Amino acid sequence: MLYTHHRVYRQGASIVEFQDYYQSLGVARDASPEDIKRSYRKLARRYHPDVSQEADAENRFKEVAEAYAVLSDPEKRAAYDRLGANWRAGQDFQPPPEWPQGQQREFTAEEAAQFSDFFDSLFGGRQGRRGPASAAGASMRMRGQDQHAAIEISLEEAYHGSTRQLSLQTPELDSQGQWVARERHLDVRIPAGVRAGQQIRLAGQGGPGIEAPAGDLYLEVRLRPHPRYRVDGRDLSLDVPLAPWEAALGGDIEVDTLGGRIQLTVPPNSANGRRMRLKGRGLPGQPPGDLYVVLQVVLPPANTPKARELYETMARELAFNPRA
Amino acid sequence: MRNVMTAVVLDDTHRWTLAQLCDVCQVSESWLIELLDEGVIEPLPGSRSEWVFDITCVRRVRRAHRLHRDLGVNAPGIALALQLLDELERLRGGR
Repeated sequence: MLYTHHRVYRQGASIVEFQDYYQSLGVARDASPEDIKRSYRKLARRYHPDVSQEADAENRFKEVAEAYAVLSDPEKRAAYDRLGANWRAGQDFQPPPEWPQGQQREFTAEEAAQFSDFFDSLFGGRQGRRGPASAAGASMRMRGQDQHAAIEISLEEAYHGSTRQLSLQTPELDSQGQWVARERHLDVRIPAGVRAGQQIRLAGQGGPGIEAPAGDLYLEVRLRPHPRYRVDGRDLSLDVPLAPWEAALGGDIEVDTLGGRIQLTVPPNSANGRRMRLKGRGLPGQPPGDLYVVLQVVLPPANTPKARELYETMARELAFNPRA
Repeated sequence: MRNVMTAVVLDDTHRWTLAQLCDVCQVSESWLIELLDEGVIEPLPGSRSEWVFDITCVRRVRRAHRLHRDLGVNAPGIALALQLLDELERLRGGR
């Protein structure tokens, strides 16, 4: 599991959904810091994407982590409490006009990128977050942060390779030493043969450095489920429907694969579910994977007099009992 | 026409030194040594002059780092948690 540290840029998102942080952590508004921590830890252990099997764990965990980030910090909690107790989760929300801008901004870009628009609107997400330059003096040199994101590709793209355009939102320091979000587009060539779970690195495309090199951008490859193929490492399997006589008599059939149409010789008396291995026709690599064709015998319906007659002939003349 | 970047695939054949592993996972060297001492990660065998790590170590260190950051678990606790998670994964059928 990983966190995506970039997000699609949304314009004019000044009205956001109110988040009830006390509800997220399941504590009362007057809960003690110890209660808050205990409740956070309990929920974090339950929903942490690295340990949880619960459905929607990742989103629940983000919600809990955001709530804890605010309620565990006395200043932020006080600021949040000043909004009043009448707000309900999910209500349209805009920070009040007197809300201090540019005050409590000490989240790293990486943390803030995971949090909600509501959090951004209160504690500074996209605009004007104070960066380490202003905190530690302009002479400080710092390599840019590595950024992590996920990229979802189709099986066809994994097989053939592809060029993808990514939209990234990355923090940059402006001339006043403030972090501002910039949207960037990046064309990335994905090599043929990438597999789910692999990391790909784009050198120098992470967060900017301060008088030092930029960080790297890491993309974790996710494979979109394919309607026809199942994927196991570099091996692929594909169900191919057969008429009963093709399975019984054998013969050549045409099969569409990712690498193009191929001729496949079905041996006589092939049983339903028979797997045929086509060496090297899986995902490319060293060595390339194999393609398994799984034969699926499909029965023609007995819905015409002719079809019924043929089935009846078989029933009469073939001494065949599948339960014998 | 924009420049097209070529992605470098970090797969099973890619190798990291200790310093590179710290860099990639954004953790300190001393914390990584703690994980090594607890057996959370192991360098590849045969690397005598310098420790060398593979992609499974990168995944494990990142996971360990998240457990530490989000759940406050220390190195021995992480070692235990990961061992139990591995066991659980095995019992569930290697998914």
